[in-house]
Amino acid sequence: MAFAAFGSSTAPVEQAPRRRSGIALILLAPGLAYLALFFLTPLISLVITSVQAPVEFGDVGQFQNAFKIENYFAVVQDYWPQFLRSFGYALVATFFALIISYPLAYFIGVTARPWPLAQAILLTLVIAPFFISFLLRTFAWKQLMAEDTPFVQGLKALSILAPDANLVGTPFAVIFGLTYNFIPFMTLPIYVTLERLDTRYLEAGNDLYAGPLSTFLRVTLPLSLPGIVSGTLLTFIPAAGDYINASSSFLGSASTSMIGNVIEANFIDLLDYPVAAALSVLLMGIILLIVGLYVRRVGTEDLL
Amino acid sequence: MAIGTFAEAGADLELIGINKRFPGFTAIDELDLTVPAGSFFALLGPSGCGKTTTLRLVAGLEEPTAGRILIGGKDVTKVKTFKRPVNTVFQSYALFPHMTVLENVAFGLRRRNIADALGKAHEGLRLVELDHLAARKPQQLSGGQQQRVALARALVNRPALLLLDEPLGALDLKLRRQMQLELKAIQNEVGLTFLHVTHDQEEAMTMADTVAVLNKGRIEQMGAPEELYELPRTAFVANFLGQSNLFTGAVTSSSGSSIVVDVAGVKVEVPSARAQRHVGLVTIGVRPEKLLLHTAPPEPSVGTNVLGPGRVTDVSFSGVSTQYQLAIPGVGVVVVFAQNMVFGPVVHEGAEAWVSWTVDHSFGLADVPEALPRFEADTDTATIATQVRHKLLAEIEES
Repeated sequence: MAFAAFGSSTAPVEQAPRRRSGIALILLAPGLAYLALFFLTPLISLVITSVQAPVEFGDVGQFQNAFKIENYFAVVQDYWPQFLRSFGYALVATFFALIISYPLAYFIGVTARPWPLAQAILLTLVIAPFFISFLLRTFAWKQLMAEDTPFVQGLKALSILAPDANLVGTPFAVIFGLTYNFIPFMTLPIYVTLERLDTRYLEAGNDLYAGPLSTFLRVTLPLSLPGIVSGTLLTFIPAAGDYINASSSFLGSASTSMIGNVIEANFIDLLDYPVAAALSVLLMGIILLIVGLYVRRVGTEDLL
Repeated sequence: MAIGTFAEAGADLELIGINKRFPGFTAIDELDLTVPAGSFFALLGPSGCGKTTTLRLVAGLEEPTAGRILIGGKDVTKVKTFKRPVNTVFQSYALFPHMTVLENVAFGLRRRNIADALGKAHEGLRLVELDHLAARKPQQLSGGQQQRVALARALVNRPALLLLDEPLGALDLKLRRQMQLELKAIQNEVGLTFLHVTHDQEEAMTMADTVAVLNKGRIEQMGAPEELYELPRTAFVANFLGQSNLFTGAVTSSSGSSIVVDVAGVKVEVPSARAQRHVGLVTIGVRPEKLLLHTAPPEPSVGTNVLGPGRVTDVSFSGVSTQYQLAIPGVGVVVVFAQNMVFGPVVHEGAEAWVSWTVDHSFGLADVPEALPRFEADTDTATIATQVRHKLLAEIEES
């Protein structure tokens, strides 16, 4: 699971002592080479770009190596609202995805156990959206939320939406899109842990005077924590860096732009590579920090 | 049960007309059972006889199709599991893996807001001599230790009724004996009602005050262990609870005190009080350890039954006793347990021998001989599968 990438090195894994052998190293070599070539090299290049300075009297888009650390202060100053928005939207979307996915995963993994066929069908339905491009689906939502659709007209008729208001371009639409797009990434890891949940523990909880809610909070939830951690990470990390949902071509507008949109604009339209690179490095750093604190706080190493 | 208090004493359990049907089969059929308060009651039966289902019904983990369950006189048929004054020691222990041993034991106390839950949990762990492992996680303990934690987790709640679902199944023989005695001691000490489910007849007999033998969802016989052993009422009980030699024959005469049965031409006497049926074709029996083995024809005397001669077909030495199998023409195979009073077996394979026993030791069964096979088939699916395979292999070899 993706979670293993952040797995604690402290978890004592009991295993038989193994003979050191060159074969392990040979087997690892392609992977290591791949990582060096396609992860480490671009990362270093990105960090170098992020501190570059414009070439004097040069064209737009021409930069030279420097050590212009001020780039970082400048991007924070210029783009802090987008940073806040990114993490705010990602957090809210993760929350809603969890609220929607947990009951769904519980139903498929526990309630539907006596009917394996139903389980298989429901799981297929969870994965089904992947058969259609992410872009197309998001675009479809834009059309569904457009002004003249029965859905929006209905909301207006019920006075839930003001007569002159739009859905597309609002934070609601962006968070909705993020939640929708990441629900499978939340549901599947939670399903995997719940599917293995031994219901005899729930019986034991009931037997020991814990009602349904108490049993859920003290037995089911802690036992499914590894799935929740994986699911929230798989949702939060890509959601924070997402630039499709919030883009004005899709569900967003200028007032909802997230950090991904700013990076895209600086890189492709403004050709301001150091700013785009500095934003990227900063985004990565903040995500790593948040994830690190989260994993430490939840302390799931006992469960894995 | 009121929150924050313990049960003062054990409660009695009453099952009235319980039926439990699952799709495709009936697990329990019209079960009536009364377990008196403060007793150690064992439900004994082969796998699939409905004993675990009975336990789950009492715990509230299953709902009966029909019938009522009363605990301490109160109808709990519709009461949810977590509101019943009952705790279970599960066969699988079901210790919460994300909690320490101490947290596991304190779980029930905390849910009921008992004051000083941790202190009482430590006390419970001391009772099973595991207080030093309170901070461990269950998976760091051995099977026997886990079993004792499960026991402590149920016992600390002082439930009016404690349910034990084959709790000693995973233990080795020595630990098993030790735990049996400990359980019995704990039960005496705390005075709770214990309902113990097991397929181990020795365990049921050593621990319980009352044993009910369950077969196919019905109680075959119920009573004190000695009573059940010495005077089984049916062939199932006679063979499930220890071993028996059973003979079938017609009653030829019956006086006030005893009946005489014709077993392959030999007159065998059974006290009337120990026989369930007094006319027609009957099945009578005697326990193997009650038989005496003779190498010469014993003198016929009043008050003794004699069968023989037969040939010794098998001698197996088991330390304390020796088991002899004797094939008597017309009667079948008779099993004899003899104490090793001398060094080693006294009779060897192929020797001619007779058996005798005191009339008072015979018993007559309630079964109609034609209606019942001598042994109930109690083979598990794995065995059946193996038998089918052997049969198929034999067929293939033949062709």
